[in-house]
Amino acid sequence: MARYIPPEQNKAGQILDIAVVVVAIFVALWLPLKLGLAGAAKSIDPLDAKTWDALGQNATMASIWEKLGYTPETAHDIIQNRFHYIIDWPTLIIMAIVLVAYFVFLFRASDKEYRDVINEKFDDK
Amino acid sequence: MTAAVETAQTTTIHGDRVSLLRVLGPAHVWALGVGIVLVGEFTGWNFSADKGGALAALIVCWVVGLLYTSVAMIDSEVTSTVAAAGGQYAQAKHIVGPLMAFNVALFLVFAYTMLEVSDAILLGDTIVAKAGIEGLTHNSFIAATIVVLAWLNYRGVLMTLNVNFVITAIAYVSIVILFFSVSPWTQGAVLKLNELVTPGNALPYGWIGVIAAFQFGIWYYLGIEGTTQAAEEVRSPARSLPYGTMAGMITLLIAAAMTWYVCASLMPWEYLGITYYPLWDAGKLTGSPLLENLLFIATLLAALASANGCINDAARAWFSLGRDRYLPSWFSAVHPKYRTPYRSILFLLPIALAFAFIADLNQAITFSILSGVLQYTFMSINIMMFRKKWPLGSIRRGYTHPFHPLPAIVLFCLCMVTFFAIFLGFGSQLIAMTVFYFLISLWFHFYRYKFVRRGDQFSMPWPKPQGY
Repeated sequence: MARYIPPEQNKAGQILDIAVVVVAIFVALWLPLKLGLAGAAKSIDPLDAKTWDALGQNATMASIWEKLGYTPETAHDIIQNRFHYIIDWPTLIIMAIVLVAYFVFLFRASDKEYRDVINEKFDDK
Repeated sequence: MTAAVETAQTTTIHGDRVSLLRVLGPAHVWALGVGIVLVGEFTGWNFSADKGGALAALIVCWVVGLLYTSVAMIDSEVTSTVAAAGGQYAQAKHIVGPLMAFNVALFLVFAYTMLEVSDAILLGDTIVAKAGIEGLTHNSFIAATIVVLAWLNYRGVLMTLNVNFVITAIAYVSIVILFFSVSPWTQGAVLKLNELVTPGNALPYGWIGVIAAFQFGIWYYLGIEGTTQAAEEVRSPARSLPYGTMAGMITLLIAAAMTWYVCASLMPWEYLGITYYPLWDAGKLTGSPLLENLLFIATLLAALASANGCINDAARAWFSLGRDRYLPSWFSAVHPKYRTPYRSILFLLPIALAFAFIADLNQAITFSILSGVLQYTFMSINIMMFRKKWPLGSIRRGYTHPFHPLPAIVLFCLCMVTFFAIFLGFGSQLIAMTVFYFLISLWFHFYRYKFVRRGDQFSMPWPKPQGY
């Protein structure tokens, strides 16, 4: 197999490539934050009676909360702030498809490139 | 001669060929791995209690420990054989192919840079909380941490990891001191596990909470695989890398168990799940000012050690991309005096700073976890391909892990569970990041790869892989 000679990349091209990668990184990481898509569904289940008992805290737990500087009123929003796990099937299916498609493409395209590498490396062996 | 010595690579600077320095031993490997990870005991793991309760945090501590034991076993075998800077990147390049290697390097850079960001945020928040001064913000502490550590990394790897060894050891010893100071063999005096973790509150969300807790359970150990980044700078990779990695994993399993036991026995799970400083809080709750101050300092040191190791690892992964021309070769420069990948260190500095100011701790941790789990999924498939292409006996391995393919299967299955756990909290981010990796892969495969030399990428002195 003939040895592949890659083209030389000029400086402008190198800078452009760096810019592409940096912009892609920022978009991927920053956009979900900006759009408020990050974070699980967590909300406060309010209680009328704000006592340690009503909050499900025994005497030991109550004494520790107090040692940490909390009262039943101030601890209420922490204790009652609960996750509500609901499986959103369409999103789960989309996530699974995206992940599987990504890995399939990754392994197939890598294998194609890998065969070129091996052919050139072991050409005369 | 070891495989690593045979494959040591150089970069030309001003006409001189220079390479990374081989100056590290097993203790540095341990310090790099444990230094990156130990901060997870000081913050992060406890968010798994928020997701599923105190018992869920313990369950994932052990199950995710199994995941990472598989990672350490697999990594030790492959890295002791493919000993080159870039760690898993170099593995992917030799075993799977260039596109996978490109992606793995990005996983590494993302995981470590976001972990560095999390560390800096933790350090800033901890100082602000201790100072208790109204109006004081964490911004200056975050910026100072990232810049000073980048400078340390710029100046040399030996000094960087010597510093890491000392501060990691102090942070680790503080956990051991806390553990033995609270009479762990006696319940009721200081520790009150039976009264804090009851049948009624142990699993407040049931088993779905246990699965959800996997997301932050990863934080107990995330980054131990970073030991492989030092492959080109250790004196004896075949010995030091498996030894340092496995010793690090054992150290962390012990620390994680002690941390859970003390924290779950000292504070209600609702508080444990939301605090940023579980061990510092544990120190406070013992009533001992000495322990409180010790754990405060240890929290800072653990965050510093982790950020320090992360800069080291992310820069080497980025450097490797430049050296193979996967990215512009400008990044592959080695400093003529300090022999460090200084351009990569400097390039990643503003990215870390930017995210430290726009993301909060929870989000930065999740970014890091996402990239980590993508990488572990790759590793489970990678080891199967490695054994198939070069069966035992066909090449010299520094270490051969037992029970193959069980660790790979366990790792793959636990990664799938963790993806589901991430979906329960950060599904949109997982999709966004995967789409990013997909698009950047298209860019690499159809455009950037034309600048890459083909046969030169395969630098190991191995026979042709079977099936090719």
